[in-house]
Amino acid sequence: MTLKVQQLAKTYHSRTGVTHAVLPTTFEAGSGEFISLLGPSGCGKSTLLQLLAGLDTPTAGSIHLDGAWVNGPSRERGMVFQSYTLFPWLTVLENARFPLDLEIHQDYSRPSSEILTEIGRVHSLLDLVGLDAFKNSYPRELSGGMKQRVAIVRALANQPKLLLMDEPFGALDAQTREEMQELMRLLHAHQKMTVFFVTHDIEEALYLSTRVLVFSARPGTIIEDIAVPFGAIRDPELKFKPEFIRLKRELTALLHPAHEANFDRTGLLRRIISTSS
Amino acid sequence: MQTTKPTVSPENASAAENEHARITPRTRRKWLLLRQDIPGWLYRSLVTCSFLSLFVIWWWATEHELLNRIFLPTPESMLTAARGVFTEETLWIDVGASFMRVGAGFALSVVIAIPLGILIGSFRVFEALLQPLAEFVRYIPVPALIPILMVLFGIGEFSKIMLIWVGTFFQLLLMVTAEVRRVPQDLLQVSYTLGASRLETMRLVIWRSAMPGIFDALRLAHGWAWTYVVVAELIAANEGLGYRILKFSRFLQTPKIWIYLLVLGLIGLVLDFLFRSLNRRLFHWVDTAKP
Ligand SMILES: Nc1ncnc2c1ncn2[C@@H]1O[C@H](COP(=O)(O)OP(=O)(O)OP(=O)(O)O)[C@@H](O)[C@H]1O
Ligand SMILES: [Mg+2]
Repeated sequence: MTLKVQQLAKTYHSRTGVTHAVLPTTFEAGSGEFISLLGPSGCGKSTLLQLLAGLDTPTAGSIHLDGAWVNGPSRERGMVFQSYTLFPWLTVLENARFPLDLEIHQDYSRPSSEILTEIGRVHSLLDLVGLDAFKNSYPRELSGGMKQRVAIVRALANQPKLLLMDEPFGALDAQTREEMQELMRLLHAHQKMTVFFVTHDIEEALYLSTRVLVFSARPGTIIEDIAVPFGAIRDPELKFKPEFIRLKRELTALLHPAHEANFDRTGLLRRIISTSS
Repeated sequence: MQTTKPTVSPENASAAENEHARITPRTRRKWLLLRQDIPGWLYRSLVTCSFLSLFVIWWWATEHELLNRIFLPTPESMLTAARGVFTEETLWIDVGASFMRVGAGFALSVVIAIPLGILIGSFRVFEALLQPLAEFVRYIPVPALIPILMVLFGIGEFSKIMLIWVGTFFQLLLMVTAEVRRVPQDLLQVSYTLGASRLETMRLVIWRSAMPGIFDALRLAHGWAWTYVVVAELIAANEGLGYRILKFSRFLQTPKIWIYLLVLGLIGLVLDFLFRSLNRRLFHWVDTAKP
């Protein structure tokens, strides 16, 4: 799989004026990469993901996936949103096999044995993410973490070449988030798809990815492209290794320049306290 | 074996009481908290109370003849009237006739409003073509259309059905449209990325997602159908609940009018209840924790 993004840009025109959400951006991505997108709020990360998904059309530039021009959504490029997007009227299993059921109706010529193996795969993915006991539950009976796990399995049911994730764990508590990170590592090792993962959490980005793209503040463009030097086998212990902490510090400095500048926080705090008392 | 008697000294007792008070905080009855549930028994007794007090006020008003008995009959005269009305066959003919008209007019509204509402809510083109038009018609008072309906469709059944249709269709259409628009954009986007076409997205996502809301819109619109059937039967009819009420009023048979009004109210209540319980059963998957 190769993804080629060339001079991709997006400008929004609205009544209040013109917003340059993404400045011309160029990069490539290959098979099995896990790419995190880091950047300040409003810098255009979601916009870039929408463009990659084909849900929005670029103002300029192009996206090619394996040589084919991307000009609309497709089952080759799965997406997981921050908001919970399970279909509430379907059970966990029905949600997870929704794309396959679509396919059955769209393409009668496919051999049923092939579809049966795919459905079997969805079942084993649900088992893998620990939802075997909840296959017949409805989304309203699930916790936030469980909902996102189903959403990930559903996106993987199509065996997409590209999995786009827009702050998928943003609404989860810290502990569930760590569980989901382990799960993502497991799934990535298992499925070998290329992942684009938007997050605000530097640690999460470093822990999961093989590569980190850092965006500037709006209008966003890539200001840093970092290869994460840790191998394929990682465990939570990694987060305490000096090399990890060094990278984390570097990225923090890049993302929050205010921390680096000689910004007198304690002095400010003291002033606030003294004026309020 | 010796059992030690617990020694209860006065200080001890008060200490124990204090302890008890500390562990189980006084359960204050918070019945006026915003949107908070109240106990089921309280709810039911309040409902009973409201009906009972209405009855008491009525009884008291007739007893002291605050209003002319011709307009506000006594409970006794109502009872005899009810005995008469319920044994006569006309009531059932009237109920049947009104039911047929409501059923036909409302069904016609539903089968057109649902597909059209989905189109308007999904496509801007259809919105531009039809929504302002529907809003415009909605503000024309339906009774004012009676003369036109009579000219167009005569004074038979069809003009009555059309009156109910006009009264419910435009409201229902706009309500269905609003429900369709409330389907989260994320659900549409996710279904595209899962490989659904636009048609499949409409059928499998928009329609399914909007269904509970549309069903509730039917419940409300159905209530208006009963209002308009009474209006329709004032035009020209030989039977029907509205027609009979008009006839009774000509002969000043107020007790019977009241009984018929009661019947109308009861029909509405029962149908509303049926709609609600069907809604709960069909759409058990709706997450009530979220708006
Ligand atoms: N449909 C739209 N119309 C107009 N402006 C938009 C639209 N969508 C996004 N924008 C603007 O584009 C910019 C980038 O938005 P985007 O959602 O991509 O940021 P983001 O990096 O995902 O932010 P966050 O980290 O907060 O999610 C923002 O300034 C936003 O206001
Ligand atoms: Mg975003």
